[in-house]
Amino acid sequence: MSTVRIPPVLRETTGGSREVAVSGETVSAALDQLFVEFPPLRDRVTEDGRLSPFINVYVNGRDVRYAAGLETAVGDDDTIILLPAMAGG
Amino acid sequence: MTIKQPPAYREVGVEVARSLREAGYRVIDVREQTEWDEGHIPGAAHIPLGEVAARIESEVPDRDAPLLVHCLSGVRSARAAATLTSLGYGTVVNLKAHLNDWRLGGGAWEEPPPLLSPTQRRRYSRQILIPEIGQPGQRRLLDARVLLIGAGGLGSPIALYLGASGVGTIGLVDDDVVDESNLQRQVLHGTDRLGMKKVDSAEQTLHSLNPETHVIKHEERLGADNVERLIADYDVIVDGTDNFDTRYVLNDAAVKLRKPVVHGSIYRWDGQVTTFIPFEGPCYRCMYPTQPPPELAPACEVAGVLGVLPGIVGLLQANEVFKLLLDTGEALAGRLLMFDAAATTFDEVRIWRDPACPACGEGASTAERTGALSGAGSVE
Repeated sequence: MSTVRIPPVLRETTGGSREVAVSGETVSAALDQLFVEFPPLRDRVTEDGRLSPFINVYVNGRDVRYAAGLETAVGDDDTIILLPAMAGG
Repeated sequence: MTIKQPPAYREVGVEVARSLREAGYRVIDVREQTEWDEGHIPGAAHIPLGEVAARIESEVPDRDAPLLVHCLSGVRSARAAATLTSLGYGTVVNLKAHLNDWRLGGGAWEEPPPLLSPTQRRRYSRQILIPEIGQPGQRRLLDARVLLIGAGGLGSPIALYLGASGVGTIGLVDDDVVDESNLQRQVLHGTDRLGMKKVDSAEQTLHSLNPETHVIKHEERLGADNVERLIADYDVIVDGTDNFDTRYVLNDAAVKLRKPVVHGSIYRWDGQVTTFIPFEGPCYRCMYPTQPPPELAPACEVAGVLGVLPGIVGLLQANEVFKLLLDTGEALAGRLLMFDAAATTFDEVRIWRDPACPACGEGASTAERTGALSGAGSVE
């Protein structure tokens, strides 16, 4: 199982959960499983089946845009970070 | 009856001393630091009288080396000469004359421009002790110009610590007034400042903390029309704003004028910090190419924010500023640091320069790239 970190602005869609354990061997599969559990997340994280341009996804600290995108491999014990831009100051 | 031993060192006047120096005698100046700083004989070793016994050996290991010691009038140096003789230095000569006579007689003299005043040396002494800073580093801080966008949650701790540490010029861009709901975290301001312009309140606080800080108040809202004028004259820009509009406008202008931007943002219990150095590392648009809709990032007045969070995140930003100004340490360039106050954890992700970045990438508009590459800080 890998872990998905839910950013603060999206936690209302996960009932307040900060981390969710998922299985799935790619980012896409892991996210699909997450969306089954928390359906409102899908529209916040993806646009027409692609990653939203406003949210960056990191696997173990690496931006998947510079790896294989949604097909980037995810292993056991990996951490997926969903990171929308944050503006407050 | 005791017989007084003659001193084992010689005493000479100005003219003989000059010829001895020219003949290769090592000059030892035993005056205090402040006297030395005002001027000294070129090539002299400076060892204050109280430190002669402890430091002479590392300065002059060879006990056969001929030494010419002096102070201001020849009294302190006589004691130093006696000490040196008792330590086994064989050829010790004391200049028994006033230094004014040395100078009037054409003796070599140099007056280095003082890096710091005595007051500054006292005020910043704990920082000057750090090897990476010292007096030259403190001088750099005093000569530095840092612009803070926002004198609110993040801007407060940043301004306080930059000012206290002796960053010489702090510009503040803010068009807001102090509101009661600010006081839980915006520690530049106080209850007696309600309704006051934040730039005025900030100036008062900073001057009471450090009268030497030069505060430049820009009582305006940063926008596309004024951003280049505002940032052109500063070395480092600190982004502590509360909305996407300002962050994108600032990023694009900073890339164009090649100004480093220390970025901080906060939300409830979470904060992010990174440093954007144009063309050396990624910029804000490399991370997020297009501006998100405002609902994705509610401001503090909508979402709430823990009082200590801007303190912690702001001081991480201030720390970045110091490293940039002192050109030391590892900047957070290409690294986004994330702080979770609820869990008390720090995480870091790598951020990359995007070759397709609309601001700093290969496809950026020619005008912008030319401006950026020239590095010109032109002002309308």
